Amino acid sequence: MSRSEKADKIRRVMETDGENVAESVRGKSDKTGAVIDSFEPYEQYREEARRIKEEAIESLPERIDEVTEAVEENGGQVYLAQDAEDANQYIEGVMADRGADHIAKSKSMTTEELELNDHLEAAGYKITETDLGEFIIQQADETPSHLVGPAMHRSPPDIAELFNEMFDLEEPLSADPQELTQFARERVGDRIRDADVGLTGANFVVTETGTICLVTNEGNARKTAVTPPAHIAVAGIEKLVPTVSDLQPFVELIAKTGTGQDITSYMSLLTPPVETDSVDFETDTYGPAEDRSFHLVLIDNGRMAMREDDDLRETLYCIRCGACSNACANFQSTGGHAFGGETYSGGIGTGWEAGVYGLDSAADMNDLCTGCSQCVPKCPVKIDIPWINTVVRDRLNHSREPESMDFLVDGLTPDEEPSGLDIQKRVFGNIETFAKLGSIAPTLSNAAIESGTVQKLLDRFAGIDSRRELPTLADETLVEWAAGRPNPNPDADREIVLYPDLYTNYFSPERGRAAVRVLEELGVSVRIPSVPESGRAPLSQGMIDTADGKASAVYAALSEHIDAGRDIVVIEPSDLAMFQNEYERLLPAESADRIADVSYELFEYLYGLLENGAEVDALPTVDGEALTYHSHCQQRTLELDPYTTEVLSRAGYEVTETDVECCGMAGSFGYKSEYYELSMEVASRLDDQLPETGPVVASGTSCGEQIAALTDDETPHPITLLDPDAR
Amino acid sequence: MGTDIVAQFTDSAMETVDSCTRTDPDGFEETLAELVAEPAVGAPLPSESVSLEDTVVDTDPSVEELSAAETGVTQAGTAIADYGTVTVESRPGGDELVSLYPPRHIVILEADDIVPDATAAFDRFETQVREARENGTAGATRVLETGASATGDMGGLVSGVHGPTEVHIVVIEA
Ligand code: SF4
Ligand code: SF4
Repeated sequence: MSRSEKADKIRRVMETDGENVAESVRGKSDKTGAVIDSFEPYEQYREEARRIKEEAIESLPERIDEVTEAVEENGGQVYLAQDAEDANQYIEGVMADRGADHIAKSKSMTTEELELNDHLEAAGYKITETDLGEFIIQQADETPSHLVGPAMHRSPPDIAELFNEMFDLEEPLSADPQELTQFARERVGDRIRDADVGLTGANFVVTETGTICLVTNEGNARKTAVTPPAHIAVAGIEKLVPTVSDLQPFVELIAKTGTGQDITSYMSLLTPPVETDSVDFETDTYGPAEDRSFHLVLIDNGRMAMREDDDLRETLYCIRCGACSNACANFQSTGGHAFGGETYSGGIGTGWEAGVYGLDSAADMNDLCTGCSQCVPKCPVKIDIPWINTVVRDRLNHSREPESMDFLVDGLTPDEEPSGLDIQKRVFGNIETFAKLGSIAPTLSNAAIESGTVQKLLDRFAGIDSRRELPTLADETLVEWAAGRPNPNPDADREIVLYPDLYTNYFSPERGRAAVRVLEELGVSVRIPSVPESGRAPLSQGMIDTADGKASAVYAALSEHIDAGRDIVVIEPSDLAMFQNEYERLLPAESADRIADVSYELFEYLYGLLENGAEVDALPTVDGEALTYHSHCQQRTLELDPYTTEVLSRAGYEVTETDVECCGMAGSFGYKSEYYELSMEVASRLDDQLPETGPVVASGTSCGEQIAALTDDETPHPITLLDPDAR
Repeated sequence: MGTDIVAQFTDSAMETVDSCTRTDPDGFEETLAELVAEPAVGAPLPSESVSLEDTVVDTDPSVEELSAAETGVTQAGTAIADYGTVTVESRPGGDELVSLYPPRHIVILEADDIVPDATAAFDRFETQVREARENGTAGATRVLETGASATGDMGGLVSGVHGPTEVHIVVIEA
């Protein structure tokens, strides 16, 4: 897809689905946040859940043998299907052997993955989806727009219209959810009674006992499993856990993170074939429980290979609760029809799609992950979802064929990437190179960019949207400014390195200068050595090798300072997040720990100074002035935003902090022409929280630019408010 | 078993069910009579202190009677105080069908089946499943039920989908 085709598709999905998805997932995300906050053992159970999954996947071959034995002992059968075709053939065979013609299904994303319905339909079988969401999309012939709520993109009036079209009704249905539910439950209820075979998915399968755990609210899975005399359960091999008591942390977590409920209405722990008689409503007779048949169909379909893949393996721990989709700003604005592949959607969808269908299926959705990390604390099994997206992006970069214009940028950029890399990604990933080049003659460079011609070229060849104002280079970098400056506190106890991140150094040195003066006023000795870009820019483009090189160079530049006992203070939150998180993946553990242990966000550090005797009155203070503060997504994930609010409050500000997930800019994302409109749509939610008048400050550079685009006002870093020179 | 845990269970349960009544074996039939909507079907109660024998509840319903019933009465297994969750055990008497098809589910719960939390409950389930499989007896299958069936798929939360619309719990304290 070209950039403009991508933009068109996203625009279309935003129009049709966006509003319904947004309402539904944002409500869930808010509820989830509250439920998690008040659930004290949350972290402990996440650790346990993670450990259980890690061990189960590690011992998967033994687990498969164990469950096969258990189910057979119980009187059922197990089939391990290599791929979709294999699974579909087997299920068709079960239908044929029983002389069955109608199968009732409860919700199963895995059968969506297999495209089982298409297969059975082509073979002449009748299929009823019994989950109301699945029933809706079955009627509409659509794919699920969400892992948990497949019909989330449809509003009650949409659903009423669909039903009125599909069914020949005497009285058309209204858009009342009660009425719609009543109608669908009756339709579906009749069909469950008529079905010869019931098919369910499985949220978990206990290998010791052959017990299937189903997590539901509607009760359709219960009916599907017990009403017909035959039950087929379809489960990916990643669903296996060793014992019944291993289910406990998952049962407690899945509804809290997924839907914001404490627990779902039903948790079935079935050890089929079950002891309950089947029911034949046609003949009004019960079928004896002894005659029940049960088939467990385990699906590989790429999962064994994912298990061998050090980066994709984590995907197999996913319990498909949907929390990562709900928490994601880009997902909220679009849903799974844009932020999704063939079957799976949201941030983790990338891992699933790449694993079960191959890289190409993940290609378009992958770019919608900006790496903001807002989903990470919501994942019940602690999956590093942004990292999976980065890895898939890196692999896609390596699989792309070079295009004719690529040589232009290839020659300029000293990165470690293959020549097929998309030019847009290469430009953003090498932003430091361009900043360095440009700042040899900043006035000239700025004039060229502002001339319009360069912007048009950038738009055309690099997909940098010309509706964006590009940042201008400063006359003097922060490092240059600091070089000739006397140190007012040469004998201070506290000596720090202020990290000259790329944006502060080349584009906004004023915030760096303010930071230096504030720190010095509070008695700190500040150094600003020349240190390379953190690697965030290339990493966000999936250029892992280049980022790796940057991380090494940063470590080399900082290690002497760390040895000398200097703390590292960081202004740009996305760079601090590199030091704290991603460096674990790019540097030897010891090196990563050394940087992480001594690096602080600027206001976190100021807070520490104030707590240890420094006086806020040494800085300019105000008396109850209203101020709106927008933190940064990665800063929030690190739980560092309260420090800014607290320090500003101590300086006399009445701070209101915004609480939207994201500003929409997310580093380079909002500059890309195919995502500009999505970026602005995400921003509109932030816009709703900004005051009509009055000052707004933001911790992240790109957040500040986005807010400036919304308000037409400068949005400085909060440190500028405390600058002694501004007094 | 302290009364505290019963109070805790009742409090949690009231967040999701329509009623939760505490009574004793003597008050059982009267309490049940107030909650039953006829026709009512049930599964035989394993309890030694209460029974459905002298009530309007039919414990051996035909398929037609099951289909037409307004109320289903079953006795719960382990219940979880933290969540107000009860357990429908799959017993040969048809507990699963009786608790699933009629729109009103009345759950009979003996107070000493209440455990404090999910950890305790799953430890019990683990033992019960193991024992049932070893001895070839019922007890390997159950459904944890917390409130009525519900859906959010049609926009807004709607109670009463394929499972019951109403759930009433009667706690029997000896
Ligand atoms: S990291 Fe951010 S953009 Fe990526 S999936 Fe998570 S929430 Fe969405
Ligand atoms: S990745 Fe985590 S949050 Fe996302 S669906 Fe899977 S388990 Fe839930």
